[in-house]
Amino acid sequence: MVEPNQLTQHLETFVDITRSPTQQDDSLRRIASSLENDTLSINQLVREMEMYLTTTDDVVRARGILLLAEILNSLKQKPLDNAIVHSLIGFFTEKLADWRAVRGALVGCLALLKRKNVAGVDVLAIAKAMIQNVQVQSFALLERKLCFELLECLLQHHSEAIITMGNLLVYATCEAIDGEKDPQCLMVVFHLIELLAQLFPSPSGPVASDASDIFDSIACYFPLHFTHTKGDEASITREDLSRGLLRAFSSTPFFEPYAIPLLLEKLSSSLTVAKVDSLKCLKDCAMKYGVYRMKKHYGVLWSALKDEFYSSTGTQLSFALESLTSPGFEMNEIHREAVNLLQTLVNQDISFLGFVVDDIHINTVFDTISRHSQYKEMPDTSKLDVLVISQILSVSAKASVKSCNIIFQTVFFRLMNILGIVEIVSTGDVFPKGNSTVSTRLYHGGLHLCIELLRASKDLILDFEEYSPTPGCAQESWCSIVKSFSFPLIQVFTSAVRCSNNDCAEDVYFGVKGLLAMGMFWGGSSPLSRSEFEKILMTLTSIITAKSAKTVVWELALRALVCIGSFIDRYHDSDKVMSYMSIVVENLVSLASSSQCGLPYAMLLEATSEVCSTGPEHVEKMVQGFEEAFCSSLSDFYVTGNFKSIDNCSQLLKCLTNKLLPRVAEIDGLEKLLVHFAISMWNQIESCGVFSCDFNCREFVEAAMTSMGQVVGIALVESQNSIFQKAYSVISSSILPAMESIPLTFAALEGLQRDLSKRDELILSLFASVMIAASPAASIPDAKSLIHLFLVSLLKGYIPAAQALGSMVNKLSSGSGGTNISSDCSLEEACDIIFHADFALEKKISSNGSGPSGKIICASETTLSKICLGLCGSVDLQTRAITGLAWIGKGLLMRGDKRVNEIAQVLVECLKSSNRSGHALHPSAMKHSADAFFILMSDSEVCLNRKFHAVIRPLYKQWFFSSTVPILESLIMNSETPLSRTMLHVALAHVISNVPLTVILDNTKKLHPLILEGLSVLSVDSSEKETLFSLLLVLSGTLTDTKGQQSASDNAHIIIECLVKLTSYPYLMVVRETAIQCLVALLELPHRRIYPFRRKVLQAIVKALDDRKQRVRKEAIRCRQAWVSITT
Amino acid sequence: MVTGLINENPIIYPKKERRVRTDSNNTDEFAAEPIDQLEIFDILSLDIKDPEHPYSLEELKVITEDSVEVDDETSHVRVTFTPTMEHCSMATIIGLCVRVKLMRSLPPRYKIDIRVAPGSHATEDALNKQLNDKERVAAALENPNLVEMVDECLLPSDE
Repeated sequence: MVEPNQLTQHLETFVDITRSPTQQDDSLRRIASSLENDTLSINQLVREMEMYLTTTDDVVRARGILLLAEILNSLKQKPLDNAIVHSLIGFFTEKLADWRAVRGALVGCLALLKRKNVAGVDVLAIAKAMIQNVQVQSFALLERKLCFELLECLLQHHSEAIITMGNLLVYATCEAIDGEKDPQCLMVVFHLIELLAQLFPSPSGPVASDASDIFDSIACYFPLHFTHTKGDEASITREDLSRGLLRAFSSTPFFEPYAIPLLLEKLSSSLTVAKVDSLKCLKDCAMKYGVYRMKKHYGVLWSALKDEFYSSTGTQLSFALESLTSPGFEMNEIHREAVNLLQTLVNQDISFLGFVVDDIHINTVFDTISRHSQYKEMPDTSKLDVLVISQILSVSAKASVKSCNIIFQTVFFRLMNILGIVEIVSTGDVFPKGNSTVSTRLYHGGLHLCIELLRASKDLILDFEEYSPTPGCAQESWCSIVKSFSFPLIQVFTSAVRCSNNDCAEDVYFGVKGLLAMGMFWGGSSPLSRSEFEKILMTLTSIITAKSAKTVVWELALRALVCIGSFIDRYHDSDKVMSYMSIVVENLVSLASSSQCGLPYAMLLEATSEVCSTGPEHVEKMVQGFEEAFCSSLSDFYVTGNFKSIDNCSQLLKCLTNKLLPRVAEIDGLEKLLVHFAISMWNQIESCGVFSCDFNCREFVEAAMTSMGQVVGIALVESQNSIFQKAYSVISSSILPAMESIPLTFAALEGLQRDLSKRDELILSLFASVMIAASPAASIPDAKSLIHLFLVSLLKGYIPAAQALGSMVNKLSSGSGGTNISSDCSLEEACDIIFHADFALEKKISSNGSGPSGKIICASETTLSKICLGLCGSVDLQTRAITGLAWIGKGLLMRGDKRVNEIAQVLVECLKSSNRSGHALHPSAMKHSADAFFILMSDSEVCLNRKFHAVIRPLYKQWFFSSTVPILESLIMNSETPLSRTMLHVALAHVISNVPLTVILDNTKKLHPLILEGLSVLSVDSSEKETLFSLLLVLSGTLTDTKGQQSASDNAHIIIECLVKLTSYPYLMVVRETAIQCLVALLELPHRRIYPFRRKVLQAIVKALDDRKQRVRKEAIRCRQAWVSITT
Repeated sequence: MVTGLINENPIIYPKKERRVRTDSNNTDEFAAEPIDQLEIFDILSLDIKDPEHPYSLEELKVITEDSVEVDDETSHVRVTFTPTMEHCSMATIIGLCVRVKLMRSLPPRYKIDIRVAPGSHATEDALNKQLNDKERVAAALENPNLVEMVDECLLPSDE
């Protein structure tokens, strides 16, 4: 497609260095694309470019060659004729000598070398030209990188061709990389070394003979020091570089005579990075260099390694719960790497273990152990000895089966002797002592070492089983050693656990840890018999059931059981599953359901839930047990009126809610079990008659509501439906008929009182919580009567009923007749019932209430709103109606329904000192309607949230904010009485503090005066302290954001005045603290705006320095320092 | 002017772990929390740096928690500090820093008493007199060089 003159134009554009890079790229792309679709051939192009490629103008020639090279680079996919490739290579090779055009030549060579059809001769030609003519280190960064990539490409893809160059190649590479400093280039350089080593593996090859030189050129980078965190787009990290260097170091065994001494030397440095890198590198090298070469370094290596263990281990042995499954001391990176290295060395060559076992320290550690019984009594050096040696021995034992055998053979008998488990008879034979004679010599050091060894062998079995399916450990000698001592060992640990002295917390800890270690041997190759395993479980379980207070040993034992349980579950050990089930799980569950146990019920539940959460079968058992326990306790309460039973019920439900429900996603089938539980709750309540005594069971009702709601929340729609059915049958046989019989007339409503029986209240609350948590897809039976029920109960003052009604209007599908078949009631119908209903309007009220806007029937015309406005009924009824209306409004608001505006109107009307009918409002009603705005705007934990499947329209808060704030603002301007003004401000504060801060930041100019006025109005007394605090937080948000600062600067004087007043607000400490923080934030404003207030602020702060709360004083000091320093 | 540092290589001590306040702050809104030893020690140890080195006075063990005595009822506080060297001419500056810091941080009702630990400094008596003489302290704080030095030491640290 490209005409010759167009081609010339593109060429000119690229060559002309005054053009912009984008133009040059564009012309390059055009030429390349015309080559790609064959409208232009390479030959034509080269002929056309001849002048540019050969001219004596250096700049033009360099650009020309670069253009040709870049074109080739972008044509990687297009096959080219062999002859063309050959002649192009010839051209570029020649140009490698032309240092002014070297970049183009390098790009060209690289592009061509990446092709498949490059002849060996050509490769050799490039390599030779490269070696002869290119002085890599004299180039700039980009060219250097290209050179290295070219070398990399030669070594990686054309190794057969260049292998003949031998020494020359190695020598040239060394020269090229000598002194390189750029991280990107270094990444390539390290790879080059690796490639060279792969290319010449022979001991008589060039790498072997030049190993010293090659190693010298990279040794200078070790240990790698690189602090740039980010910058260039390649973003190479220290880890990348260090890994590259390590790979280069370990690339060939020929580096061994140079690398190992260097690494050992760097290991003795005091720099952490150097130590870590050296250890890592030694590990890699040991694997790569092979046993034969490493053998001569063993002596030095061992002593260096031992030093590292000593220096990286602290003397603090933790006796905390968390360290039951770890060695019990803090491990830093050096320690971890040292562990890896030791394990690698032992694993690779068992003879290394000789150095370990013969070490003098290891032989003296037994004396140390037997000198001190208590760990805390040991001097620090002995502690260190014990910890380090235990760690070294257990790490070595973990390395391989062979090493494990050796370690157990050399160490274990002596250890058992110290612990008093065996006697060494003079003939040299050893045998375990009889059962009765186990002495109580509990040497902590010995126990620690013993536990570490047992844990190491346990890990070894696991590794072993993962690789080979046949259980083969049983024949190993370490296994038989453990087997022969298992009985006395368990006895020793048990006696340690049973220790009842006060100062033997450590004995107990070691005992539990030991039992845990013994209990975690895996499956068929376990050295423990089944009865021994069961004995361990029984010991631990008996501790849990015996202790009547939460002691350390109780928690340790529980933790150990949980560990064993999850271990069994993870490795599917069928024998042990059965033992665990019968000894631990069933035991605890049966105790929980019989509640005949010395243990406090809460602790029993905690233990049961912890233990049972280890596996799905256990969970099933537990939920069933809990179900039984719940039913029996509840019926016991009904029959005998035993308060303890109902208390147990609440605790049970709380345990269910807190421990099990959060794990529903992890445990298969839990949902079904819980739904079953919920249905049996309903069954039980149905079958129980009236409470035999009047007992305020608030706690129980709340616990039951939470559990019921949460269960329904997580249940599938079908399960929700079945719960609904059950619940509806219960409610329709008890309170529903009675409530439905109450007509919605003023006369009837006025007489309403909280008059439900405890049982009815429980049923109502539970049903409400089912309704709150149900998903919109669930089908609600007989929705219309239920709305009636909830409406009456909310007017009776049951808040859950109001919340349930809010959830209903939030979730019911709109559209007449119900497009959703699952419900017999649509949103419109529901609203009709709620707002208009068949309230029998009394004449005088309707004549009074017809306001100026009588054209449409809006919510403010309805009976419910008339009650809210206090036109009829008592104050109590009025406040209940207002709160109920708020919840209904919340449901509508969240789904974005316009009807909420009418509700807002009613609420606003209630805030006026006298509404349009001239009727004065009761202060308590005003307070309730102000707080209704909090209900509308805040996120609720108990209903209408995501967990309970609420329909939430995006940005609904913003929408309400923008429609409400102007109304409230104008009312505040015109408010007549102080009370009304305060209440309007409370409402406004609720709206402002619950909307996302970004909305506020967009309107700071308008809102700042309002917020400040609100703060001063609310700070008058203590009744609105929480609202005041949330409003203050909004203010502080605007002060710290740049968007709000302009307006803050304009209003600086009133802001400071207000904050200064709040620094002495007596009712809430956080208000004072935040006010002072805001004052500090104000210092971001322009100096001229704030300087005039310095005196005033400092005076206030000096008072705050004497505040009665420490946190306020601390902020005051900071604030004072900041304000003092703006003097100049 | 003295050239070079007075104490070129001071011993650095590891920071002691903070005593955790056991009385939770939120239980009673109106309960008073009197100013105590730890609070004053926090004020002094966090923000005052040694005039010569970038270490806090805590790290150099110039001030320890036990060296602070405080009585909130009588509004009296006494700080006893230990200069790193017996002839340390920086002791005056350190003392002045401590005084200025406390003046800025404590309510005005407090009487502040600064002392050098007995036997830790060559001119102990003179120093004690100098640091507790109102007039001399006021005069010192009118000397711009001294104020600059003090402010330098009191720059808030990043912690």
